[in-house]
This record gives sequence, structure tokens and C-alpha cells, in this order.
Amino acid sequence: MILSFAIWIPIFFGLIILFYGSEHPNAGVRWLALIGSIIGFIATLPLILQFDIANPGMQFVQNIPWIPRYDINYHLGVDGISVWFIVLTAFINIFVVIAAWEVIDKKVSQYMASFLILSGLMIGVFAALDALLFYVFFEATLIPMYIIIGVWGGHNRIYAAFKFFLYTLLGSLLTLIAMLYLYNATNTFDILTWQKAPLDIVEQVLIFFAFFMAFAVKVPMWPLHTWLPDVHVEAPTGGSVVLAAIMLKLGAYGFLRFSLPIAPDASQYLGPFIIFLSLVAVIYVGTVALVQKDMKKLVAYSSVAHMGFVTLGFFLFSPLGVEGGIVQMISHGFVSGAMFLSIGVLYDRMHTRQIADYGGVVHKMPAFTAFAVLMAMANCGLPATSGFVGEFMVILAAVDYDFLIGILSATALILGAAYSLWMVKRVFFGAIHNKHVEELKDLNAREYFMMAVLTICVLGMGVYPKPFTDIIHPAVINLLQHVAVSKI
Amino acid sequence: MQAFDLFAILPELVLLVVTCVLLVASVYVRERQPAKAGVEQDIFHTPRGVGFVYFFTMILLVYLAIVFASRISDVSLVAMNGLFQSDPFSNLLKACSCGAVLISLIYSKQYLIDRGMFRPDFIVLSLLALLGQLVLISGSNLLTLYLGLELMALPTYALVAMRHNSEKSVEAAIKYFILGALASGFLLYGMSMLYGVTGSLDLIEIFKTVADPRVNHLVMAFGLVFIVAGLAFKLGVVPFHMWVPDVYQGAPTAVTLMIAAAPKIAAFGLLFRLLVNTLLPLLGDWQPMLVLLSILSLVVGNVTAIAQTNVKRMLAYSAIAQMGFVMLGMLSVFDDHAFSASTYYVITYALTTLGSFGLLMLLSRKGYDCETLDGLKGLNKKHPWFAFIGLVMMFSLAGIPPTVGFAAKLSVLEALVDAQHTFIAIIAVIASLIGAFYYLRVVKVMYFDEPLHETTVSGSTFAKGLLSLNCILVLVLGIFPGGLMATCLDAMRRTLLGS
Repeated sequence: MILSFAIWIPIFFGLIILFYGSEHPNAGVRWLALIGSIIGFIATLPLILQFDIANPGMQFVQNIPWIPRYDINYHLGVDGISVWFIVLTAFINIFVVIAAWEVIDKKVSQYMASFLILSGLMIGVFAALDALLFYVFFEATLIPMYIIIGVWGGHNRIYAAFKFFLYTLLGSLLTLIAMLYLYNATNTFDILTWQKAPLDIVEQVLIFFAFFMAFAVKVPMWPLHTWLPDVHVEAPTGGSVVLAAIMLKLGAYGFLRFSLPIAPDASQYLGPFIIFLSLVAVIYVGTVALVQKDMKKLVAYSSVAHMGFVTLGFFLFSPLGVEGGIVQMISHGFVSGAMFLSIGVLYDRMHTRQIADYGGVVHKMPAFTAFAVLMAMANCGLPATSGFVGEFMVILAAVDYDFLIGILSATALILGAAYSLWMVKRVFFGAIHNKHVEELKDLNAREYFMMAVLTICVLGMGVYPKPFTDIIHPAVINLLQHVAVSKI
Repeated sequence: MQAFDLFAILPELVLLVVTCVLLVASVYVRERQPAKAGVEQDIFHTPRGVGFVYFFTMILLVYLAIVFASRISDVSLVAMNGLFQSDPFSNLLKACSCGAVLISLIYSKQYLIDRGMFRPDFIVLSLLALLGQLVLISGSNLLTLYLGLELMALPTYALVAMRHNSEKSVEAAIKYFILGALASGFLLYGMSMLYGVTGSLDLIEIFKTVADPRVNHLVMAFGLVFIVAGLAFKLGVVPFHMWVPDVYQGAPTAVTLMIAAAPKIAAFGLLFRLLVNTLLPLLGDWQPMLVLLSILSLVVGNVTAIAQTNVKRMLAYSAIAQMGFVMLGMLSVFDDHAFSASTYYVITYALTTLGSFGLLMLLSRKGYDCETLDGLKGLNKKHPWFAFIGLVMMFSLAGIPPTVGFAAKLSVLEALVDAQHTFIAIIAVIASLIGAFYYLRVVKVMYFDEPLHETTVSGSTFAKGLLSLNCILVLVLGIFPGGLMATCLDAMRRTLLGS
């Protein structure tokens, strides 16, 4: 029941706002959205507090028939892999609502409703244990995101909205075929049954690629990543935050829930290929990030590079690598969210994202600079920030797997430092050469609050990641034991 | 052979009688009201008394829909010496047909009043077309089927031509008439071959004879080709689709709705009667034909729709593609849930079509037909709820969850994968990806663009409420598709086992 509440409370509030707001524009809609997101977040807390660390299987299970014709069930449950993402989704949603407080003045109710519904749907993706339920949530997230980008986005928003929708749809439609194929083989849509179903290697490889299309587009992995920078640049701040912090994780989560356990032999067999793609993402896309002139684009490319780290960790098939990947996902949720919020803070004041338009922001916004520099440091993996933990674990696992891969993946730290710090240097330090920067005002209370809370999260997770790894560890061990057994 | 069974055919008889009474009554409805001083008169003034006809029609249609719906779980009955059958499948489709005509009439009332077409003849022609559909769905003899088909088609030709001062409408009507007649000819030719080979017009007799190895298979297959071609015309699938865009665009929107929703259900009924009830033993012959037709429809329909700026024309190409999906559902293996996916698809498609054209009609007003993409621009600014309805309809047509269109596509794709047609399923999803583009474009103009001119929503509160209900139904059936799916499956299963 807790999972159902976590999914439906935000959606319920979203619908109320949608109907209430069209009658009463602006009046109280923001507060209603804030209350909804906070209640939604509180509803997810029992998942962590009552989580049984000793149990590597599914917890908080709810299973009721949904479409009997195809034996599809409303089957929810979480294990150590998914539970943190549910909390993270609800948590980030609060910031999205706060970030939009004064900034969004057009169709406020639709904006807030879209985000609340979106957050409920994304929680559904993480909680679903029935493949079709997963698919319905996975696809349904496209609708609010399409509206968010298209209505509140930048100049080229329509192009970005279409690109986002069609790119993602292409991948997921092929996945649907794979799911139907598996249904045909097993007569059920239950993911846990699929994980046990025997499949020969050809079937596994085909299924792996069908799932790969959906998840690799979503992650996004090189070379399917080209939609992400375009979408990030055009999306409103809230959209970018949700996209980077949560939506990309849907893809990576899909690898863990579907690809690895359902097609373990294909995953092992194609592991080097995925590792290759991940390393390209880490090194090549990291280099691309270096030369970006637009801050959002830079952070978008850096997201691709960081997610490359995640998939790299997954396909090393060692506990350290997979856990590192998951920790990296959570950390990236905080860090990228905070970075897009920072860019939003600047953009709201200056209405430009070009790095060249800034310089010397520190003289006018010292408090903001402190936060932003810390986030940039976390982005490049400074020890004692959350960014370090995951990357370090993945690099250790990579060195263990193959020394060369370890070295190549470690270059990510250098590249990350290069593009993050170079951007910090150009934006925040140096002399002021733009008269608009002269007029900047430092953070207001709302922005201060957001940055401070996220900073606490980033530092807290960096200094003491044990609560995270403790919950993740048994589930990962369970997963890897399963993957190690051949299904042929 | 059973004796004449009044019970089985009673609803159709009621419809026939009431339609005739209304036809006679409408003679007494004065065409024009006497001019009053100081009141400007339209040439086409809404006659007094038409409200009366309309009211009775509503009651009649509600009655019919309820009767047919209540009979879905009944056993199969045969009436009139095997000319007519009432089985669960036909009752399900007939209930949907009646509902579709009812909803169409409610949506189009204001539209028709504004254009001076709210006259008894419109209503009576609609009812006659409905009678044709009911007979068609229930036919169990080649002659009954043909009779129903013509009874469905002829009033529709007249309906398309009703706006007789519009060149486009008349052109569409002539095109529709000629091509429709041609299709009927095809079908009749195919039927005559069947008759020649089997020596019977009765579907069950033919079914029994076809399986006989002594029958000349070549003539049979030849007749089958003509029958499939005729069916393809009626369903409007490629390469027999040329009339669809012109008729959809040329006809007044109210008539387009009459053509786009209920007749598709009936045409599917005909497809089922001929291919499954009669020619099931030739499964191996007609399934490859359907593969070709449906893939062509999916590709041509979806690709051509991208180039359209007229929403009605776009929805016509979309209908072509959607009918391709219906045909794909016919490729399922013949087991105990065969063909229920197609039934489900065509019913839910009719529901979505009603909503889409209903929205277009409500957005039209006197002197202005909302039928281009420009007309939908910025709808969200003034009328967020109606923009939302449009959004739900478009996403349903595109097959994005949680709308009913997704559940329908899912069941068809499942049937395909089940029948080892995985490759065709992949083609189908890629075609629907292309299709998603133009549905998304409609959402784009409604939500992302600025309004070009003032948009108004006309129509009674009742029509608006019904449209809202239609939208909610598309969502609710998408979130809980189990019930209707089970109904379709059950009706199909009992029909197939019964015959």
C-alpha cells in the first residue's frame, strides 16, 4: 500500500490542481503543489525506515489483478536497487515546485500538475514488478514531459519536444515487442518469472537489443545521446532538473531490472560492447562537454558522461561496480539537479546561458558562488562529495576487471574536473565585463533554501554513504548471483 | 432451420417501423416557418417539429443500444430461415453501432442547426444507414449481407451530398457513390463465385462445403480475392483507400462522423462474417492478403497523414492506418481467443473517432468549420479542458498509455507475436512511430502555439458533457481495459463455438 500511496498521491494532487487551477488561476495553486509534493515525499519515507536490509528480495509487495485477459497484474514492490530512486524522485519533485515558484507565471496550474503527475508516474516505473505496468508508466511519462518542454521551453522548444518524444518512443516500442515475445514464451508479464525463464542465446541477444533500444536512448548512451543536449537547452529549469535527476535513471534502472537478469548470457556476452560504448561516453562526450559555450549544454554532456560511468559499472559484473553505478545514479540525481537549479538561478536573472556572457559573478553573488562551486566540485568527483563515492567504486571495479579500462575510466575524473572547473572559472571568477552582471542580486531565501538542502545531501552522502550502500548491497549481490547462472 | 423468430429480429423491426413513421411524420414538418415581421429568415431555417423527430430518435437509439447490450450474453439465435442471426458477436457490435450513431447525433445537433441541415431527412437517413449496419452485422446469408451493405451505403451517399450547395461535398458524394458501387460490384462478383462453387448462399452451408476437398479451390480463391477487395474498399484500406480522404474532407463534419465511426464497426462485422464465419477454411489464403493490405495501409496512411494540414483529411489517413491495425488483428491464430483483438480495436477506435470529430464539431460555429490545424491553434489558452480532450484523443490514436488506444494496440500486437508474426509486429510499431508524429503535431498546435483567432466552443451543455464523458471513457478504458477486453473475448468465443 505504501508504494501505491507514493505513486498516486502526487498524481491525485496533480489532477486536483489541474481542475482547480483552470477555474482559479494562480490562487493557491503553488501552495497546493508544494503541499502535494511534500505529502508525496513523506509517503515514501516509510520505504526507507521500514526497509528490511536482511531481505534481498522484493518488499512492500502489492499484487492485484489488473487485466486478467493477459494475466497482467498491478504488481508493485521494491528491493534495495529501486527503493532509493523512489525517495529521490519524490524529493527532487519538491525542489521542482519550489524552483518554479516565482519564475513560472504562464499556466501555473498546468505546470505544477504536469510535474506532480510526472513524479507519480516515475515512481510507478521504479515500483512496477509487472512488465506491462512498467511499460505503461514508462511511456506515460512522455506525455507530461512533452507538454512541459513544449509549453514552457525556450525558442526551439517544439523541435526539442518532438525529438524527445519520438526518440524515446522508438526505443520503447521495440521493447514492447520484446515484452510480448517474453509473454508468449512464459504466459505472464511478471518480471520475476521472466528472470527465471530459460532462453537460448539467440533469443537473449535479440531481447537484449530490444531492451537496449529503450534503455540506451533513455540513459542516454553514446551514440543515442544526441537528443539530450537539445532537450536540456530548451526545457525549463524544472524540466531539466527532472530529466537529469530522475528520467535518465529510468533507463539505467531498466538495465538492472530487465536486461541483466532476463538475458544474463547475452549481457555477459555483450558486456565488452557496452563497456566500450560507456567508455566512449565517458571520454569522448566528456571532451565534447569541454568545448560547450552554453552552460546547460555543458551540464547535459556531462550528464551523458556520468551516465556512461553508471553503465560501465553495471557491465563489469562485480558487486563494487554495480553498487558504484547505483550510488553514482543517486549522487548524480542530487548533483545534476543542483547544477541545473544553479543555471536556472542565473538564467532567471540574466536570461542567457552563454558562458561568455558571464564572468565575475562571485563579486555580486558570493553565497551563490559558494554553493555552485561546491556542486561543480561534486560533479567532477571531489572526495567528501557524493560524486566521489560512486566514481571511486566504479574505477576500483574497472581496475579489477581490466587495468586498461580502469585507466581509461579514471580519465573521467580529469575531464570532469577540466570542464567543470573551467566553466566555474569563466562564469564565477575573473573580472566583470558585462554590465548586467553588475546588477546581479544574491540568492533570495527560496533559492538559498534549495541550494542549502541539496548541499547537505551531497556532502552527507559523500561523507557517510553507508546508509545507501547498506540497502543496495544485498540486492546487488542477489542480482549478480542470478546473472552468474546461465539460462541456456 | 428454425421458424421465423420474431424475438431475434425485434429490435431491427422496431427501428424499421419507427424510421418509417418518422419519415412520414417529417413530411408534415414544415420546411420553412412563416416570415415574421422584423425577424431575418435563413434560407435553411430549422423547421419546427424536427426537435420532435430528434427526441424520438434519441429514445429509440437508447432503447436499441440497451437491448443489444443486454443480449450480448444471450445464446445465438437464427431467424427468418437462416437469413438472419443474432449472436453475441453481432449484439456487441450492434450495441456499439447504435451507441456511435446516438453519440454522433448528439454531437452534431448544434453543428447541423448552424448550417441549416438539422432537418428530419438527415435523421431519417442516419437511421436507415444504421438499419443497414444492423442487418449487415447480423446477416447469415450472402443476400442479407449484400442487402445490409447497400442499405448502409445508399443513405450515406445521400448524407454526404446533403450540403448540396458545396462543390466539395457533391464531388465527395459522387466519388463515394461510384467507388462504393464498384466495391459492391466486386463483392457481389466474389459472392457469385462462392455461390457457383458451393451452390448455396447460406453462410453455414458455404462454410461446410468450403472445407470439402472436392471443391474447386482455384475458383474459390478467385472469389476470395474479389471479396477481400470489396471488403478493403468498405474498410478503406490501401490500395482501395482513395475515396476515404476526399469523403472525410468533403462531407460536412457531422456526416464525416457518421461515416467514420459506426460504419467501420459494421464493415468489420462484414469482414468477420465473410472471412471467419464463412471462409475460415481458407485462412491460409486470406491471411497473406490481409498482411499485404494492412502493411500497405499502415505505411501509406501514416506517411501521407504527415503532409496534411486539414485535420479531417489527416484523420482520414489516420483511419486508413488504424484499419490496417484492425486487419492485422485478423492474422491471429485460430484458437479460443482468436480475432477478439480486432473486435476490441475497432470498438475502441470508434470511441476515439467520436471524440476527435466531436471536438472538431464543437469548435466549429456558424459560418466557420474548424477543420484545419490553424483552427486548433492555441486552444489551450482559452479552453484548457477541450484542449485536454483533444490531447487524450490524439494520444489514444497514437497508442500511448494510459489511453485506450494503447490497450487496443497491445492486444493486436500480442495476437501478432502469438501467431509468430513478430516481424510484422515490428513493422507495425515503426509505422505507428511515424504516426505518432502527426498526432503529436495536433497536440503541439493546441498547446504550444499562440491562437490565430478567437476560438469558441459551441454546442449544448449536454453535448459538451457527453464529449467530456467520452474523453474520460477513453482514459478509464485505457487504465482498466480488462472489462471490455473480456466482453469482446467472451462474445467472440461463444460466437465461434456456436457456429
